[in-house]
Amino acid sequence: MVIEKTYGELCVTCNEQGYLTDLSQWTKEVGAEIAKEEGIEMTDRHWEVINYLQDQCRKEVPLSIRKVGKSGIVSIKEFYQLFPKGPLKISSRIAGIPKPVSCI
Amino acid sequence: MENTIENPVTKSVDDKKPIKKMMLILSKATIDNVYACFILANGARMEGIESEIFFTFFGLEAITKKKLEKLHVATVGNPGMHIPTMLGGLPGMEALATKMMKAEMEKLDIPPVGEFLEILSASGTKLWACKLAMDMFHLDKENLIDDLDGVLTVGDFYERAKGDNTHLLFI
Repeated sequence: MVIEKTYGELCVTCNEQGYLTDLSQWTKEVGAEIAKEEGIEMTDRHWEVINYLQDQCRKEVPLSIRKVGKSGIVSIKEFYQLFPKGPLKISSRIAGIPKPVSCI
Repeated sequence: MENTIENPVTKSVDDKKPIKKMMLILSKATIDNVYACFILANGARMEGIESEIFFTFFGLEAITKKKLEKLHVATVGNPGMHIPTMLGGLPGMEALATKMMKAEMEKLDIPPVGEFLEILSASGTKLWACKLAMDMFHLDKENLIDDLDGVLTVGDFYERAKGDNTHLLFI
């Protein structure tokens, strides 16, 4: 099921879990609005991680906590500090990419 | 007189409280049990749920420095392997099955036991050793991984399980 949501002045399409269905609709403003919904105050470190995730998604690399930890962008410990309530799923939602299916 | 009861089916799903904490007890050292436990603990953290693991009896091998990378899958007494028990007991069978299983797991991006423990620790999973089992196997803290959060009695572990929506799971 696809739903339309308005963030600021932009209208985007999401799935029922609130993940963007089309990364090309993503803007930093949309990301910031989703972060607000998730209760996260974005810093430069947060955005660095978001950029990395989008990059990987465009290269069609499946994401996992292990891969992010090995990326050199952020350690697993810091990743959890940045997005405490579920690092991979929340950061992916802010990044406008699909929810990762990895169990690791 | 008020004698109606609320129909549970009409209650909203939102009334269900999410799991807050998973308390896992690992008592076996076969690789399939160890990974099941680690994946559950890590999966909980990934969903924002607290998790803790209590290593007891043979489960202690999974955090014993010298043994944790040498865990095996059981080829005898394990019907899931689908090989005759007598063949499973032949020399080298366990090692072969273990090697094959580890290769498959690496393909799925599942880390080796040592690295998995580091990931768990970094993600905030608490790792506890059982005091009684340590005494029984004559193990000291020095024999166990550096990331260990401490040594507990079963009473201490239950104390830590306090609170709403904590689940305990024995593996």
